[in-house]
Amino acid sequence: MEKRGLYKVDLIFEKVDPKEVLTQAYNMKSEQIIQQVLDSGLKGRGGAGFPTGLKWKYTAAVKEPEKYVVCNADEGEPGTFKDREILDKVAYKVYGGMAIAGKAIGAKHGIVYLRSEYRFLLPQLMKELESFHKLVKGIGYDFRINYCLGSGAYICGEESALFESVEGGRGEPRNKPPYPTTSGVFGKPTSINNVETLVTAMMIIKHGPESYSQLGTKDSRGSKVFSISGDTPIPGIFELELGMSVQEFVDEFGDGDTKAVQVGGASGFCVPRKRFQYTVIGFEGVPTGGSMKLFNSSRSMYNVLHNYLDFFAEESCGQCTPCRVGCQQLLKGVEKVKKGEVKATYLNELLKLADTMKVASKCGLGQSVGNAFRTIVENFREEIIY
Amino acid sequence: MYQVGNLVKELSDKHGRARESLMPILQGIVERHSYLTDEAMVEVAKELDISAAEVYGTASFYTFLDTNVRGKYVIRVCKTITCSMKGKGEIIETIEDMLKIKVGETTSDMEFSLIETNCIGWCHKAPAILINEIPYTELTPEKVVEIIKGYMQKK
Amino acid sequence: MISLSINNERVSVQPGTTVLDAARKLNINIPTLCNHPDLCVAGNCRVCVVEQTGARTLIAACAMPAAEGMDIHTNTLKVRNARRHIVELLLSEHRSDCTKCYKNQKCELQALANEFAFGDTIFLDLVEDHPYTIDRSSPSFIKDDSKCIHCQRCVRTCFELQHISAIAVANKGMHQKISSFHDRPMSHVVCTNCGQCINRCPTGALVEKTYIDHVWDAIYDKDKHVIVQTAPAVRVALGEDLGYDPGERVTGKMVTALRQLGFDSILDTDFTADLTIMEEGTELLTRLKKALVDGDKKTAFPMFTSCSPGWIKFIEHKYPEFLHNLSTCKSPQQMFGALAKTFFAQKMKLDPSGIVSVSIMPCTAKKYEADRPEMRASGYKDVDYVLTTRELAIMIKQAGIDFRNLEPAHYDSIMGDSTGAGVIFGATGGVMEAALRTAYELVTGREVPFPNLNITPVRGMEGVKEATIKIEGCTKDWKFLEGAELKVAIAHGLANANKIMKQVRNGKSPYHFVEIMACPGGCLGGGGQPIPTSMEIRKKRMKAVYSEDEHMVLRKSHENPDVIAIYKEFLGKPNSHVAHELLHTHYVERESY
Repeated sequence: MEKRGLYKVDLIFEKVDPKEVLTQAYNMKSEQIIQQVLDSGLKGRGGAGFPTGLKWKYTAAVKEPEKYVVCNADEGEPGTFKDREILDKVAYKVYGGMAIAGKAIGAKHGIVYLRSEYRFLLPQLMKELESFHKLVKGIGYDFRINYCLGSGAYICGEESALFESVEGGRGEPRNKPPYPTTSGVFGKPTSINNVETLVTAMMIIKHGPESYSQLGTKDSRGSKVFSISGDTPIPGIFELELGMSVQEFVDEFGDGDTKAVQVGGASGFCVPRKRFQYTVIGFEGVPTGGSMKLFNSSRSMYNVLHNYLDFFAEESCGQCTPCRVGCQQLLKGVEKVKKGEVKATYLNELLKLADTMKVASKCGLGQSVGNAFRTIVENFREEIIY
Repeated sequence: MYQVGNLVKELSDKHGRARESLMPILQGIVERHSYLTDEAMVEVAKELDISAAEVYGTASFYTFLDTNVRGKYVIRVCKTITCSMKGKGEIIETIEDMLKIKVGETTSDMEFSLIETNCIGWCHKAPAILINEIPYTELTPEKVVEIIKGYMQKK
Repeated sequence: MISLSINNERVSVQPGTTVLDAARKLNINIPTLCNHPDLCVAGNCRVCVVEQTGARTLIAACAMPAAEGMDIHTNTLKVRNARRHIVELLLSEHRSDCTKCYKNQKCELQALANEFAFGDTIFLDLVEDHPYTIDRSSPSFIKDDSKCIHCQRCVRTCFELQHISAIAVANKGMHQKISSFHDRPMSHVVCTNCGQCINRCPTGALVEKTYIDHVWDAIYDKDKHVIVQTAPAVRVALGEDLGYDPGERVTGKMVTALRQLGFDSILDTDFTADLTIMEEGTELLTRLKKALVDGDKKTAFPMFTSCSPGWIKFIEHKYPEFLHNLSTCKSPQQMFGALAKTFFAQKMKLDPSGIVSVSIMPCTAKKYEADRPEMRASGYKDVDYVLTTRELAIMIKQAGIDFRNLEPAHYDSIMGDSTGAGVIFGATGGVMEAALRTAYELVTGREVPFPNLNITPVRGMEGVKEATIKIEGCTKDWKFLEGAELKVAIAHGLANANKIMKQVRNGKSPYHFVEIMACPGGCLGGGGQPIPTSMEIRKKRMKAVYSEDEHMVLRKSHENPDVIAIYKEFLGKPNSHVAHELLHTHYVERESY
């Protein structure tokens, strides 16, 4: 595989003049904005990776006067903390991205759904919002943003669960179709985007799509903010080009003894050392919302797996059978295998169950539990059994 | 137990009485009183014209809308993997020893509750906790003692 | 029209049709569990997953709208593996004690297990990890959380059909459960005992509390005289649990079966239904006189019927400020109960303390009603045991009776005669129609102006029905009603009751008299009726009710000779002092949660 190298980028936190960019966007047509975002190749930065330009295009196409831009600030994936930094440092760019999205899709309403664990940011976020409202009104936008707070539920990061929560209900994901672009929050056409995606979109408008699409790879254009933690001498937030290999990543961030990297949080993939050089961090390899956790040889991958399964068993909304019961079965199963109370071959049954959860669960949470399960069990089987 | 009094009416006047007002109203009550009593939930149900079971069903979905009794300061210790790796166990032991309560319990003077929670977004500065809405990171047992002492002196 | 392919067969459907319904059009059966014809789509059990070519995941057939060009396969290896796993997962969180369970052989999970998951158990038992509760606090039903498979049908029923939401989904993840307000016992919350949730629960998580053994004990006790009364709606549905199609009338055979079971007196609730009309009709006319002649502005209108105990508990919890609008008449069941241990005992020269009074009801709320502390007008518990239609079918099977080949028989007399007006109590609109047949004739001296006495405007499945009856040509005593337009309404299902009550609360109710039944379709759709239920089944039962009415000799309550006799010999006249003591009741304000 071609050694690409690890390239740092300064895009998300780059200081810009919001008035300049927003005026520029205001004077563009909706189709132009959408085309630029499409040309840039930007895919959602929350983890699901849907092409942002397409999402805006579909929402724009719906004939309905009441539309919404929702900023998904319910960052809850274990190991992800970049959205908190972005909101802390450059909230004005998040709002800017929302205004631009609103212009693109024809929405007057914006909602920021902020997780309750970040509630301490609210006073400063509201102050910035006040300035933002003054600014955009002055430019001519008809766009207002309101805050909705979460109350401690990881599943509310799922788009339709988020809508349910905004509407005053339990965060239980909906049946799809209809998709948010036609029927989202309050049943209206909605573009729901991650915090980072919105900031990136604003920067694409500022710099133009070409320079952004030069970064990264064909399938993973652009850069991403990574949240790096675990056994690393330099934990923190780093903005890097997509498309590097896990090996290159470990060379930069590892502590010299890295045995596994969990890419994408609890719902992501565990990459063992032997696969570091063959695995690309990007949509063509292991997609990610940016959570990168390094484990060195002192760590028990059984503990890691148990921690993730415990997490899912608690955070699942509980409505669908494969996820509600499947998570419990996987958790209890590995415990029993570890204790020797069931045969080690039972893990094979659980792997099949993980496959079923992947195809039969109602939403992305249940569909992703199998990712960590399979990659840890397959690569660290002995640590699970003994 | 607290008396919810006019709080529900005030919050409903502020946020409205539609179904989408439910979350901000419940959050407002928890902000003031740390948890939701049955009386509070029944008041909300009456004000919004929905069933009490619906209010309870919605509140109980959310970890931060506690229907169990909680103290004035709710200490939430992150138990997800990175904080777990970086010493959450010691932090919990320290707090348990200091406050003489176990995880899930509340001190008898109703000042502190100790519970575990899932990832709060401070993995690079683990172990981390929240006390009500304020995060405290890069903790050591000594630091935790100082922080809680600070709260104890707040009266 | 949308054209799609299922298992390589093409089918065309209307836009909005689900893949499930499209498959049904081709007679392709896709198994379901959380899906129910009366309720909105949930899509949570995932039993109905099928493969859509080109899709990343399997799709839920019940929730996926058919799209042009879709290629669906319902029985691929992927689907079969997933389906097997899903049923196994459900079994792992379900306490299977099938051999002892009330729903044995009638359980939808059991049927799925038999089709898709027989053989070795794949997964670990999770029942032991959950602190399940079994709530037996209500006299009407048992809620066994250890058998719940979280399909949420009960929650959707209580919310969509009944607008009560006494139960809701609580907590999340592995702790998710169906719960009352803060897990309170069901007897202590707003639950009306209507049993609609029981009718739709696929497993044994929600079942009625049975009193079969108590009744057998009474029958075997030589010192007891066991009376049984049967409600109107039972006779048009009992057959469904005994091998008949929905909508077959089995009245005569039912009477014979009851005799063979060993009941001493086989009597009919329809009799007291006729009696209720006399009492309630008089009450209505008295109120109208008070308002129109005496000018008493405080007279409460509309007047509500009071024979549905689910409705009674509903108004006691949700709209207690309007309790004085209710008719003070007891329900036919309770009127019967009070008379059985007084009037009937006297006539038959029986010691009332030796009478055991049993009722067969399409209803679960009636079990609660019989237990209400004020229902002791006779000096004893007026109705000792209430059995649902389902329970009677079980007793008949237990006794080894060959129901199909029974000779039909008639009820015993004194409290066994009835008219068509009594039997139509079983359908929504029936009480109103029966009341009008009598009241109109009483006031004008003429029969209601409808062919064959069939007052069709008050019939049918529409949620709220309205009618206006102009009263003309009144007799001397009733001149004050000359020219009056009596506005009536009929509502069934508590969601519709809620609509009516909201109007009343806003001061905008135009009605004088309103019939309310807690259950969709009226009693024929009651919580104690055979399962399954659907609009189609309830319509068939309704047809049978009106057919039963048409075949009766007497069609008006005031013509019932047993009714005429009881007034002559015992009660005096409607609303007399004795009548008030035995046949009227009062109500209780309850909490709103």
